Amino acid sequence: MTILRGRVHKYGANIDTDVIIPGAYLKEMDPKKLATHAMEGVDSEFTKKVKPGDFVVAGRNFGCGSSREHAPIALKYSGIKAVLAPTFARIFYRNAVDGSHLLPIEITDDAYSKIEKDDELEIDLQNGQIKNLSRGASYTMKPFPDIVLKIIQAGGLMNYKPDKH
Amino acid sequence: MTMTITEKIIARAAGKDSVSPGDVVFANVDKVMVHDVSGPGVATIFNDLEKEGHKIDKLWDPSRIWVAEDHFVPASDKQAAQNIGTLEDFVKRFHISKHFKYGIGQFGICHTLSHEEALVLPGEVYVGGDSHTNTTGALGAFAVGMGHTDVAYVMLNGTIWFRVPETLLFKINGRLPDYAMAKDMILRIIGDIGTDGGAYYAMQFDGSAVREMAMDERITLTNMTTEAGAKNGVIDPDEKTVEYLKARTSEKFTPVHGDKGAEYAKVYEYEAGKMVPLVAKPYSPANVVEARELTGVELDKAYVGSCTGAKLTDLREVAKILKGRKVKIRTEILPAAQSIFMQALKEGLVQIFMESGALVGPPTCGACCGAHMGVLRKNEVCISTTNRNFPGRMGDKESKTYLASPKTAAASAVTGRITDPRDLR
Repeated sequence: MTILRGRVHKYGANIDTDVIIPGAYLKEMDPKKLATHAMEGVDSEFTKKVKPGDFVVAGRNFGCGSSREHAPIALKYSGIKAVLAPTFARIFYRNAVDGSHLLPIEITDDAYSKIEKDDELEIDLQNGQIKNLSRGASYTMKPFPDIVLKIIQAGGLMNYKPDKH
Repeated sequence: MTMTITEKIIARAAGKDSVSPGDVVFANVDKVMVHDVSGPGVATIFNDLEKEGHKIDKLWDPSRIWVAEDHFVPASDKQAAQNIGTLEDFVKRFHISKHFKYGIGQFGICHTLSHEEALVLPGEVYVGGDSHTNTTGALGAFAVGMGHTDVAYVMLNGTIWFRVPETLLFKINGRLPDYAMAKDMILRIIGDIGTDGGAYYAMQFDGSAVREMAMDERITLTNMTTEAGAKNGVIDPDEKTVEYLKARTSEKFTPVHGDKGAEYAKVYEYEAGKMVPLVAKPYSPANVVEARELTGVELDKAYVGSCTGAKLTDLREVAKILKGRKVKIRTEILPAAQSIFMQALKEGLVQIFMESGALVGPPTCGACCGAHMGVLRKNEVCISTTNRNFPGRMGDKESKTYLASPKTAAASAVTGRITDPRDLR
């Protein structure tokens, strides 16, 4: 795994899948078209501002609500490489990892409160370190659970070969 | 070693004598479901795998897979119709026989079909491509919602990874008063623990009030464990469960029960007799207050529908209130499955609804997820028996949804403002 670098789009807690990608678009099968509606329910400017490699930083329980995999897909195709939040809703987390769409990175509540919008972050996945280049600060990320790390390294669940059990 | 019902089901499916919370296991899946949103997603994944050179000749076990059409039906536009076509091709190609086609025989919302048709049985591991798959845990199954990648994986391999959850036990003692329903009970719980209070946990319900509830009331409890972030909701099966299923299937099953002395992360006790009609205000299912605190709130629409709010008991309660009365605001009543619609017709409920002035429509998830058939415009205010009220959930992001029981929604339909059913003259 490598080092990721990008700019922050910051949101509050309980960002649900209905605001990440509203229900009316769930019939859309083209991921690029889905991306044009990413975060529409909470930030109508998001798709204009986002650049490839950017990060979403959000409060607790990111991605709560529906099982729609359209949510991490819409974020991925809008350019988001990772979402950083103190906690994630379980289906969003699974979808992000198993579908290999983006990295759900758990950070502390303190780090969440200190990172601001438009900050430039550098994430060292190998060492679990997040550098805030805009503020000269650094934070640690919670290590991925073993199975999650293996699935990420395999490039998604479809490519993952479980150990014999 | 003692285990909860959730741990026992997972252990058995993983081929282990026991499991503990936190363990990560691959478990065999018994049943899997997709609908017209997650199904085309699975088909896309299979197409991509084939483009990469993988051959997909057959699925793990087509007899354990079932397919519903419920979100964008009747087809809301050309794209929705195309997705139904994709689903049809998928079903044909992989010889899936349990396809509940919209407009032929029995059809409706997937989480309603799962119990109406006894598609899932006690003790089974059930994975569905929809977050409210938790609903079916009311039958004593381990029922979990997932995205389409995970569902595709299950369809190919018959197995999937799980982290064994800790269990929160909610003991609801006593008896619900006749003005309160299971919806009030689960709103109380979500209001208390928050939208992530059950995150990654199994939420289990027990106590005399739960034992007394009709199966389709129990289902409201497990359905909305999703709104507390739970991995699954579950009710240990009893005679009522067995009776309910035996009336619907000749398939044999052996219920799994939790052990006496099993460990729970936390036990919550509630007194059902103290329950009052509640409402979750916009924009969170945890934003719960007593209906009487909102008496002045003017409404544009009342909605009775969805997997959580249009079962037979729900419709009967709505009919009791609407009988001999007129609705004052736009009121839409959509039974959750064709079988329930038929029963409502036989019992004269549909007549009552229509005489009150309400619209009665076919089963669909449409309005609940803001997709079609009753979407809210900017600033519209709706009282709804559904399960979510996030911004834009039922339409424009500046519309407002208040979640309530079918009784409270019906009482409010009559007055045009939020009304506790006790206050209806």
